Amino acid sequence: MKLIIAIIQPHRLECVKEELYKAGVNLITVNEVLGHGRQKGVTEIYRGMKETGNLLRKIRLEIAVNDNFVEPTIDAITKGAQTGETGDGKIFILPLEECVRIRTSERGSEAIG
Amino acid sequence: MSKLWAFILIVLCLSASNVFGESVTTQLQQTAITDPTPLKVDTGDTAWVLISAALVMLMTPGLAFFYGGLVRRKNYLSVLMQCFIALAVLSIQWVLFGYSLAFGPGKGFWGGLQWFGLNGVGYEPYSAYAATIPHNAFMIFQAMFAVITPALIIGAFAERMKFSSFLIFIMLWATFVYDPIAHWVWGVGGWLKDLGALDFAGGTVVHINAGIAALVTAIVVGKRKCYEKHPTAPHNLPFSVLGAALLWFGWFGFNAGSALGANGLAASAFIVTNTAASASAICWALLDWLFNGKPTMLGTISGAVAGLVAITPAAGFVGIGSAIAIGLLVSVFCFLAVGFVKHKFGYDDSLDAFGIHGIGGIFGALATGLFASKAINATGADGLFFGNARQFMIQLIAVAVTVMYAFIVTLIIYKLVDIFVGVRVAEEEEAIGLDLTQHNERAYTMLE
Repeated sequence: MKLIIAIIQPHRLECVKEELYKAGVNLITVNEVLGHGRQKGVTEIYRGMKETGNLLRKIRLEIAVNDNFVEPTIDAITKGAQTGETGDGKIFILPLEECVRIRTSERGSEAIG
Repeated sequence: MSKLWAFILIVLCLSASNVFGESVTTQLQQTAITDPTPLKVDTGDTAWVLISAALVMLMTPGLAFFYGGLVRRKNYLSVLMQCFIALAVLSIQWVLFGYSLAFGPGKGFWGGLQWFGLNGVGYEPYSAYAATIPHNAFMIFQAMFAVITPALIIGAFAERMKFSSFLIFIMLWATFVYDPIAHWVWGVGGWLKDLGALDFAGGTVVHINAGIAALVTAIVVGKRKCYEKHPTAPHNLPFSVLGAALLWFGWFGFNAGSALGANGLAASAFIVTNTAASASAICWALLDWLFNGKPTMLGTISGAVAGLVAITPAAGFVGIGSAIAIGLLVSVFCFLAVGFVKHKFGYDDSLDAFGIHGIGGIFGALATGLFASKAINATGADGLFFGNARQFMIQLIAVAVTVMYAFIVTLIIYKLVDIFVGVRVAEEEEAIGLDLTQHNERAYTMLE
């Protein structure tokens, strides 16, 4: 079992969701986060006061999957989120120790899907 | 002190009872020989029209909140900004030459430039428009209409238009679409006015006009990138409710103020305006309940605005029975337009400027030809339901002319702006949002 965490551009969320559904990955958690990668921040100006290098709005996805779903999930996220510009984001893959479905107390692979 | 008050009272009473009428007339005959009407400023009328002008002014920021709540939050400021700058830019256009083009007497395409820079628009009433209020009070009341009309179109191209081209577009549109049509319908020598078209507070000039312009721009600017697959949810409906409430409030100035006097007709227009808005709000809520399962907040405020739009041309010519009928019916038409017609034809009128102002305006103008009654306003006319089929035909002509003219000229203006400046923002800018890309600001922060 792996936990996949992806940081993507906010406006790519719909496309990523679509690609994930196509790949049969339906269970995701979405967060709105602020982050700073290589992409330069946007400039904001308030009454002439310039603020650059601000943290940018990003979307953070968390998806827990069984091992055979890892590659399809990575492909789907990449396909949906890739624009080729700096700031497209990153995908992190972490080992997942355990997973419990609260409703039934099922554990492990059964509980994930 | 009390003597002074008594003196003022006496003077007021005397002027109210027209004792000075004769001397005023002789004085005026020396200055304006062509105008035989005795012109005397009525303080009550003037106060009401000035307050109404302020009420109508508040409608544009109200519209900004109404529209702003409906867009995604990355575009919120862009909508507020477009409305707010429209208030500023079009106010200047109006006092410099817009008022003269629209209301200057003349039989031409425009009124003319005789009142350029408000030259000759002074403290004296201009009786052809309003005999009891100063000409400049009438002018500033009309200014607020000229401001909100182009602002209404914003709903059609929200979330994807460049700010610079927006500015050019509304300036050209105000000058080449609003001003001529306002002249034809309201101006001295306007041919639709001479034909006998009834438009109490701006059904054709404001709502059909802006509604059709909205349809044209929605079609030619193209859909928002997200539109096909994912209809976007309003980012903050409470703001839209606040906006709708401000619109309703301001509409009393819009409609009752159009009586141009503090009198029974103004009160009647006030009452039917409130009545139609209420009937329409209830009707839309019921339609939502019936067809979509639950009565919705957005549906209810949409209904209220549709009712206000539809009663606008009729406000000075109908009673409460007709107002209820107009309110109930307009909701049905607008409900169909935004719920079914839009999706069927697939144009992206983001905030339903056409669906509510265009459809509601056309229905209201035609309904005026059905429900108008001389019993309400002797200077008006009877409609079809009161035995005068001809009035309905006249309304039909006025609607058809406005629709065609607004359609064609809006299209030309749009294409010109598109060729020279480019109307639409780049795809990436649209994705990031207009607040950051057009204004370097954001409406909401995530951290302090």
